[in-house]
Amino acid sequence: MLSLRAMNFLAGTWVGEWLVGLGRITLLSREAIASASTFKFSRRDVLYQIYFIGIKSQSVVIVTGAFTGMVLAAQTYFQFHKVKMDTATLAVVSVSMCSELGPVLTALMVAGRVGAAIAAEIGTMRVTEQIDALRTLATHPTDYLVVPRLVASIIAVPLLTVESMIVGIAASYAVAVGLLGIDPAYAWWNMLKYSGDVDVMIGLIKSVFYGGIIAMVGCYKGLSCSVGAEGVGRATTEAVVYSSITILICNFFLTLVLEHICIILGL
Amino acid sequence: MIEVRSLKKSFGAQPVLQDVSFRIENGESVVIIGRSGGGKSVLLKHIIGLLQPDAGAVLIDSEDIVAMNERQLLRVRRKFGMVFQGAALFDSMTVAENVAFGLRRHEHLTEAEIAKRVAATLDMVDLPGTENKNPAELSGGMRKRVGLARAIIYEPQIVLYDEPTTGLDPIVSDSIDKLIIRVRDHLRVTSIVVTHDMRSARRVGNRVLMLHDKKIYANCTPEALFTSQDSVVRQFVDGVADS
Repeated sequence: MLSLRAMNFLAGTWVGEWLVGLGRITLLSREAIASASTFKFSRRDVLYQIYFIGIKSQSVVIVTGAFTGMVLAAQTYFQFHKVKMDTATLAVVSVSMCSELGPVLTALMVAGRVGAAIAAEIGTMRVTEQIDALRTLATHPTDYLVVPRLVASIIAVPLLTVESMIVGIAASYAVAVGLLGIDPAYAWWNMLKYSGDVDVMIGLIKSVFYGGIIAMVGCYKGLSCSVGAEGVGRATTEAVVYSSITILICNFFLTLVLEHICIILGL
Repeated sequence: MIEVRSLKKSFGAQPVLQDVSFRIENGESVVIIGRSGGGKSVLLKHIIGLLQPDAGAVLIDSEDIVAMNERQLLRVRRKFGMVFQGAALFDSMTVAENVAFGLRRHEHLTEAEIAKRVAATLDMVDLPGTENKNPAELSGGMRKRVGLARAIIYEPQIVLYDEPTTGLDPIVSDSIDKLIIRVRDHLRVTSIVVTHDMRSARRVGNRVLMLHDKKIYANCTPEALFTSQDSVVRQFVDGVADS
């Protein structure tokens, strides 16, 4: 157990601030999950947020997915061609897009677009006393601001991830077959043989976590931002940086845990 | 009934309120005056539970709200309406959506009933026909009126005004004062007005609390305040800077 002296020392350091922030975001997440589980949130607000997070992020996600798939196909082909394994190109692309690159790159792009917007919107509401106004109108900010964004993000990010997987694989197929001259039948057959439902499943489970991280970090940074334009600016930047870092760290641990579960279940 | 007992509040090492105590009966119209940065708005935010004191108690109808968590406070806050200094209108919503916010969240009414209540409330604050405007299209005085309409539409027992005439010209300030009096008389609400506008204090208050040096320095009728010979009170009433 930490002594009082050690805790006092930590309180003034970035480690202490990081621990306090972690504690607060955990409490906010608990409050939001408890509130969401009552299903008393506004369906209209959730639909609007799905539109904002999901529909409006499509162009970014499609472009990212397509070019990631294309470059992955080209790079894999150039390496595999040396050992005469050209037809395995799409299998590598498919597994990568489904279980790693699709969910991670989608989440990073959405964190950049949506996480920043959430933090800026809620931060501006905070500095203009709109959040205090919500509270005086007997409305809990978590119920009204956090829960719709959390629910929408958990729904929208997996859907965007699926879109990214499809676009990435389609683009890689076009590059592999149309540009690099790989035999389409063998490429397709190998892809289906070496990638399966479990890869898609791992990607989708990851994307649910990433959706939650984007919404919670954005909301937390907005709700806790300091007064003034500088405070909103800092909250916006920190929302993107912290959610991106958290996604990358979580990706490593989720990969280990999910792959281990797959091994145990024999999938 | 509102009772504040031995309230203390500091921000960091800076004390703002020290041993503040007073009581406000139902239906009273109380004005809190004091110098800028003297803790008037902080005191008001303690009354509605937006801030937690370091020590002391705030009783609303004999219930101590200091010990309550945010969810328990929501029930108590339904007794209140609050008008903010900068109006704090939700800028992503129209005037009608702002005014109807409390109704939509807490009362089960049809859209037609909500529209009727919104129109009647906007009429009461002299803003008929502004339902579809955005907050950005409104002047400062209009924004405060919409803020007031939003605060009174669900007929609260207590209305708090945080510097309602600050930043407005004398004519618009006068119209806001008349509106506060109209709301008080029509809805029979308890009003607490934080201001440093002495003309406004004289018009809308039945009683004046003067906050000075982090404490309640004077607690009297407006007439007694304006005829007081106390040097601190006289300096504030006459608006004389420290020499």
